[in-house]
Amino acid sequence: MKEPCIQNVADIPLNQINVSDSSLYTSNVHLDYFARLRAEDPVHYCADSEFGPFWSITKFHDIIEVDSDHKTFSSDGTILIGDNPEDFDTPMFIAMDPPKHGQQRKAAAPAAAPKRLSELEPLIRERVGKILDDLPRNEEFNWVDLVSVELTTQMLATLFDIPFEDRHLLPYWSDVSTSSDQVGNASISSEERQRILAEETLPYFMNLWMERAQAEPKFDFISLMAHNPNTKNMLENPLEFLGNIMLLIVGGNDTTRNSISGSVYGLNQFPAEYDKLRSNPALIPNMVSEVIRWQTPLAHMRRNATRDIEFRGKQFKKGDKVIMWYVSGNRDEEVIENPNELVIDRDNARRHVSFGFGIHRCMGNRVAEMQIRILWEEILKRFDKIEVVKDPVRIPSNFVRGYSELVVRIPA
Amino acid sequence: MVKIVFVEYSGAEKEVEINEGVSLMEGAIANNVVGIDADCGGACACATCHVFIDPERYGDAGTRTEMEESMLEFAENITENSRLACQVTASEELHGLRVMLPEAQH
Repeated sequence: MKEPCIQNVADIPLNQINVSDSSLYTSNVHLDYFARLRAEDPVHYCADSEFGPFWSITKFHDIIEVDSDHKTFSSDGTILIGDNPEDFDTPMFIAMDPPKHGQQRKAAAPAAAPKRLSELEPLIRERVGKILDDLPRNEEFNWVDLVSVELTTQMLATLFDIPFEDRHLLPYWSDVSTSSDQVGNASISSEERQRILAEETLPYFMNLWMERAQAEPKFDFISLMAHNPNTKNMLENPLEFLGNIMLLIVGGNDTTRNSISGSVYGLNQFPAEYDKLRSNPALIPNMVSEVIRWQTPLAHMRRNATRDIEFRGKQFKKGDKVIMWYVSGNRDEEVIENPNELVIDRDNARRHVSFGFGIHRCMGNRVAEMQIRILWEEILKRFDKIEVVKDPVRIPSNFVRGYSELVVRIPA
Repeated sequence: MVKIVFVEYSGAEKEVEINEGVSLMEGAIANNVVGIDADCGGACACATCHVFIDPERYGDAGTRTEMEESMLEFAENITENSRLACQVTASEELHGLRVMLPEAQH
């Protein structure tokens, strides 16, 4: 791993600022970097980085504009700052343009639709209760493992309808998927990553697909896709099938997991907000949106310019890499007052960019909100305080804004 | 002022007055109509202000833009009367229009 970058952003010439360096995120100094870009050069060109040259979009409204214009800003290929590995290209619908994107997304979407979620809510609440009741009291433990990962894993196992005892394969494969040179995370070698995904993940889900295709249609991701006329032949392209599986696993795992950890960390960073929540649980839904903004579980999404275009006075060339930094848009002081603070009763808390906008907007947004809401409804019934006892350990990535460790203690 | 009748999913009706030139989404939010999220603030970019226009008067509300079509494609339970309320502007022709809200915004 690289040494953490401790250079003060004020000392770096503007044209040499490189926000793709994943060590900025491990040490959380990226906030200063983006504050400077928003103030001095909100559409910024980085000519040289380990991911090649790229444009940065850092302001809230500019992000909405780029995200909404899928004709000018294409998702085709990859939505990550780093290009796909040449020998392991896994197409997935988040990284496709219309019409194929819509056909595949619409096939999978009913699994995460509000109606389906209302049916699942009692089950999720029961599971949350069990997870919380089993937590140790008066001793330190890693909240990430015992709660954030466990809850999102159980939820995702239900959305895929895989056997409950297999559920721990999901966060394992999710972590393998996101450990990639494409986002500045080299926890495992690219050969090992490719081997696990091709030889473990792919056969597992192919078996599941075969079984679902022959059974009556149900509302899980695999059954929905296996029975939809637009996606039922997806196994003909195994890497595309694998890509979509990776997308659904990562989308359901890493994002909500880290917002859950972020909710506990954030409320400890801002104890007056924790007090507010405790005395008024009706604030939970608003708090959930605010946490998703404050945490911004995915730092960026990438597009490629499909034509030459002038944008805010800058000249993008066809083929240029354009990075929308959600992590910056959510801290845009022109739109959000005191953006670095968690304010659980903030007006318009829903107006954040964490879910993205336009046709690629997060498909699982309601799944995420429901899990965090139920979790806090059940926490407030049980515990007076969850205390963070030391600084969290952050994941080295310019994409996943996450924690591997958040040590807490719940007084008995 | 243009009178619009929002029919919430529960069946409850809410009659609101909206200034001409203002979107039905903004009018609904300002009058605390239940069932519109409007996460993007009116940029036709999130599809969380999905509504159903009274079928008999659908044409009065104008036509969908290409972007609105794209966004509606991913909303739930779309019908031919579906619109995004941020893309419908209050005008004299809409006076008395009934606008139905879906069960949930996705």
